[in-house]
Amino acid sequence: MSMKKFSERSHEIPPKASVVLASNLEEEVFSEKFNGDVIKRFFSYVKPYKRQLIPALIAVIIFTITSISIPLIIKNVFDSTLSGDNNNTNLLYLFVAGFFVAIIFNFISNYLQEILVGRVAEHILFDMRTAMYEHLQSVSLSFMDKTESGKLMSRLQGDVAALQEFLHTAVFAIGDFVLIVGIIITMLWLDFRLGLLTMVVIPALLLIRIIWIPFARSAFLKARITSSIVSGALAENINGVRAVQGMTREYVNYDLFDLRAKENLRAALKASRIGVIMLPTVDSLSGIARGIVVIVGGIFVLNGEIETGVMVAFVLFIQRFFDPIRALTMHYSVLQRAMASGERIFEVIDVPVEMKDKENSIIMDDLDPSIEFNNVTFGYLPNQPILKNINFKIKPGETIALVGPTGSGKTSTTALVHRFYEIWEGEIKIGGVNIKDIKLQSLGNNVSMVLQEPFLFSGSILENIIYSTKNISFQKVVDAAKAVGVHDYIMELPDKYDTQLEQRGENLSIGQRQLISFARAIVRDSKIIILDEATANIDSYTEMQIQNALKVLLEGRTAMVIAHRLATIRGADKIIVLQNGEIIEQDTHENLIKNKGLYYSLSSLNYSSFDDIPNHIIQKITNSTSGT
Amino acid sequence: MIVKNQTISARPLKNNDSFKVFTRIIKMSFKYKWKLFFGISAIFLSTGFSLYIPLLLGNAVDAANNLLSSNSGEVSTINDSKNQLYFICFLLLISSIGRGTFSMIHVYFGESIGQHIGYELRMMYYEKLQRLSFSYHAGVHTGDLITRGILDVEGIRMFVQTAILRVIFLTSLIGTGTFLMITTNPVLGVISLSFVPFVAWKATTARLKLRSNWYALQDKLSVLTKTMDENLGGIRVVRAFSAEEFEMKKYQVISDEALKLSNEQVSIRSQSISQISTAFFISMGIVLLVGGRQVMSGSITPGELTQFLAFMSILLDPVRQIGLMINGFARGSASGGRLFAILDLEPNIHDEDGSKDVKVNKGSLEFRNVSFTYEGDNHETIHNVSFKINPGETLGIVGPPGSGKSTIAHLIPRFYDPSGGPILIDDIDIRNFTLESLRHAVCVVEQDTFMFTASIEHNIAYGNPWAPDDRVEKSTHHAQLAEYIERLPEKYKTLVGERGVSLSGGQRQRLSIARSVMMDPNIIIFDDSTAAIDAGTERKIREELKSLTSKTTTIIISHRLSSLMHANKILFLNRGRIVESGSHNELLELKGQYQDLYNLQNKARGKI
Repeated sequence: MSMKKFSERSHEIPPKASVVLASNLEEEVFSEKFNGDVIKRFFSYVKPYKRQLIPALIAVIIFTITSISIPLIIKNVFDSTLSGDNNNTNLLYLFVAGFFVAIIFNFISNYLQEILVGRVAEHILFDMRTAMYEHLQSVSLSFMDKTESGKLMSRLQGDVAALQEFLHTAVFAIGDFVLIVGIIITMLWLDFRLGLLTMVVIPALLLIRIIWIPFARSAFLKARITSSIVSGALAENINGVRAVQGMTREYVNYDLFDLRAKENLRAALKASRIGVIMLPTVDSLSGIARGIVVIVGGIFVLNGEIETGVMVAFVLFIQRFFDPIRALTMHYSVLQRAMASGERIFEVIDVPVEMKDKENSIIMDDLDPSIEFNNVTFGYLPNQPILKNINFKIKPGETIALVGPTGSGKTSTTALVHRFYEIWEGEIKIGGVNIKDIKLQSLGNNVSMVLQEPFLFSGSILENIIYSTKNISFQKVVDAAKAVGVHDYIMELPDKYDTQLEQRGENLSIGQRQLISFARAIVRDSKIIILDEATANIDSYTEMQIQNALKVLLEGRTAMVIAHRLATIRGADKIIVLQNGEIIEQDTHENLIKNKGLYYSLSSLNYSSFDDIPNHIIQKITNSTSGT
Repeated sequence: MIVKNQTISARPLKNNDSFKVFTRIIKMSFKYKWKLFFGISAIFLSTGFSLYIPLLLGNAVDAANNLLSSNSGEVSTINDSKNQLYFICFLLLISSIGRGTFSMIHVYFGESIGQHIGYELRMMYYEKLQRLSFSYHAGVHTGDLITRGILDVEGIRMFVQTAILRVIFLTSLIGTGTFLMITTNPVLGVISLSFVPFVAWKATTARLKLRSNWYALQDKLSVLTKTMDENLGGIRVVRAFSAEEFEMKKYQVISDEALKLSNEQVSIRSQSISQISTAFFISMGIVLLVGGRQVMSGSITPGELTQFLAFMSILLDPVRQIGLMINGFARGSASGGRLFAILDLEPNIHDEDGSKDVKVNKGSLEFRNVSFTYEGDNHETIHNVSFKINPGETLGIVGPPGSGKSTIAHLIPRFYDPSGGPILIDDIDIRNFTLESLRHAVCVVEQDTFMFTASIEHNIAYGNPWAPDDRVEKSTHHAQLAEYIERLPEKYKTLVGERGVSLSGGQRQRLSIARSVMMDPNIIIFDDSTAAIDAGTERKIREELKSLTSKTTTIIISHRLSSLMHANKILFLNRGRIVESGSHNELLELKGQYQDLYNLQNKARGKI
């Protein structure tokens, strides 16, 4: 390949290129760092499954008892039948029979503990994901504005998957833990001194772990961060693949991605090295414990202080005792990842919900569709108001057009009617009622919004037009499609209304998507409509259709339109001219022209849209108009 | 332009295909010969030590017991036994440390191979996705591709890391155990291993069930991803329609289906795990019965039986882990199948054999009876299109939506290959150029511009990252974007993209123009890329570019006639065919569709 490899060029000037940002931007969004106890939080998700967990716990205990009783039976076989001269065959049969009974209990309890705990674990995982997702449906839009959906997706899927791995091992871990406790008790009961001596290794193990944990934690954290960077880079490249191919960035990106992937590889290997160190540690300690049993136990047997069976049981128990500890050690990375993932999940759930329905909030159906802004001030960032002291009133059935240069606050004004954001000062009333007193759900049912960039979901065209509106007949959908003039086009498609849309409706042109989003609003049939007219991105043919559709859409409704096209602006009952978050003028088209203010000056510039007028020109005009 | 949804190619594999997946993964790990060698050697050593430990413990019991039963009471014998015990204790310590150390080595090399293979797969996947053509990407959901790149790579990695070496470990453990037990006592040995065939059978059937379950689950999770991704992307629509409940219901349906599959998986796993352990215990019970009788008859010592049972209990944990391993195998083959399905795709657009890095000299462009049909579509999007542009000339293309304008633009850099008729640059069929050199020579300024999460500077220099700083500034100046950038707080270092400053449609298009100018193309195609830029600014950009592109062949696709009226030649496209062509004035004189459009636009733009 002709383009030089990145590595070959690294000695030259550094490229203006990166595949993904390495800095940990994510932390900024979740500024309120989660500080509660992850495990405690986790248990609140376990609680609803108390009923299933009680039998599960019983199963775990039975399982543990049978697991312990198996070596005990073997011990008794040795004590009563094999050592010394009492060759009692019947007793042997009896013990073997007991052994098989224990196995049956072991089997049933093993199955039950696996299935009960396993299912509860799956339910918990799904609950947590649902909790996150549901929460995201109600957090403020200002939070969503700041957050990449990809990053949220990695929490919704990646972190839940990491927890799943943990819960799978947790099923074993719960049993193992009970087992360890059971073995400790049994060993102490069999022979207190020998039992106690065997336990001396435990404090040593704990001490080593305490020293080891900080190192392990930082290594595993590094591995996790580098891995999420790699995932981010992959996701971005998939989303932007057309740009990548169009500009032949494949080789550069490959090399840059390689750097990130290698970084992740190194971090993962380092974490793994730190992780496996615990293996010889645990094994050496278990060797010491065995040694103690052999020497002390052996001497006790020699001195006749204990029976051979006790020593045999100890030998078997030691094995059973260290296996789970060993397994837990090997699963440390899983545990680490689970804790980190749990934290990231709870961070999402802890994002505060700013907007809630008040008690006794009103259902809006009977209100008349008038809109009123009284001294409204609002901004996204503290001390940086986007809208200042906005006052206007729209009577039922009226259409007003919002015009003004980019950044003048038009979109914010419309977003506030739907209570996407909370205002700082003043009040917004619909039908004379403050929107804060109206039930959010009913606000949504009565105020339709058509966004500038039409967003369609995957699914059929029919599903997209109906969307969430209830009780809509097919005929109504067809009527809506006819009204906006997209019906004929739909009928030409292979599957007509059942034609499946691709991701974001990309198999339709922007204009067609726009028309379908109009149809979606018409089907909703609400009294108030808010419309952000698309900028000039549409061809003349569709534009004509859209103009006609617009008339149908606005007919008989109270409408607030962010208007770009002259036809739309002139068709409005009233025009509100915004600049820098303030209303400069509001009146009818004719009067505004007569007044020769900002509107007049901007109109006479003959730009296709006010958004396009360069700032310096606007500045000049405002200076001159405010001067006069 | 309806492209039918392509079904994603990874379907559940047949059994021998799944075998192929395994051999393929295993072959990949053979690349790490030394790691594999050390890993496997370490496995054998740690297995040896693991088996030596119960042997020692049995000896210890015998040492303690024999003395007691011999009951001779001589001091020297007690001391002998004690010394024996000390020696056994020493050996136990050594073997425990040995077992731990070699386990460490084998686990580490296992993880290392897994991580390396994970890295390799990630790079292969990344490379493949970059090369797959537009027609492939149009048919798949990005969420699905991302899921595969993250979760399925992880699935294979876990399989390599835990399953491959563990299989060898378990086989060697059980194999050595078998050997030892059978040589110690053939009858007991056979009995104690009677659980193995059952485990083997159970493992196979459970793995098959689990694998198809993993497939179904992974697919369901992809749908879930898609649903959530769309919800978050379209959150404003969701809020505007107060459709939160509706969206939750939609999500809940899929989530519940996925949960059902997960629950099935739990029950398959629970069954196999509990049955496998029970099979093991049953053999143990029989050993106890038969062994007990042998001890009674005096044919073996109690120590020997202890040793036997200890051998067996060493196998208990690995046997329990077989359950987990089965799951790893099932997941590995499902993930492998899903990932390899993509890695094995041959991009339908690639360098032809013997394609040379031909430099585009002048940049004349010719379409000779070019036709094109989108995959899954049954009628031609463009039909028999022929035209020729000389270097430095400008061609305008206009026509109603769906007439095939953008398709023409996408054929030139070979984003798609035409189904009929060659496209020639400098009289050479474009399929004779390498893709890389072709796409360097041909630049399409797209209508929708993708912003990468990076600084403005990096975004502009995207196609030419080694360009000096002043090139970037010059390009933004040409594209009439410099003034805006200068006013940003961090100027060229300002972050754009999903998390950065959001640019308006017009600004994005201007950035896209700056990007293309950076690449110095011989042929530049504006695919409706000035639609969001006002006429005045567009005129300025055109003037700025005039000097730069005097030798560049330019194609302007637009629905705004003012954008292309100046072109040397204009094509009017309808339903994929050229219906009118000529200069602006010639076309007006034809009094055809072009003139109709011209009149329509003049009316719409009526003066105030």
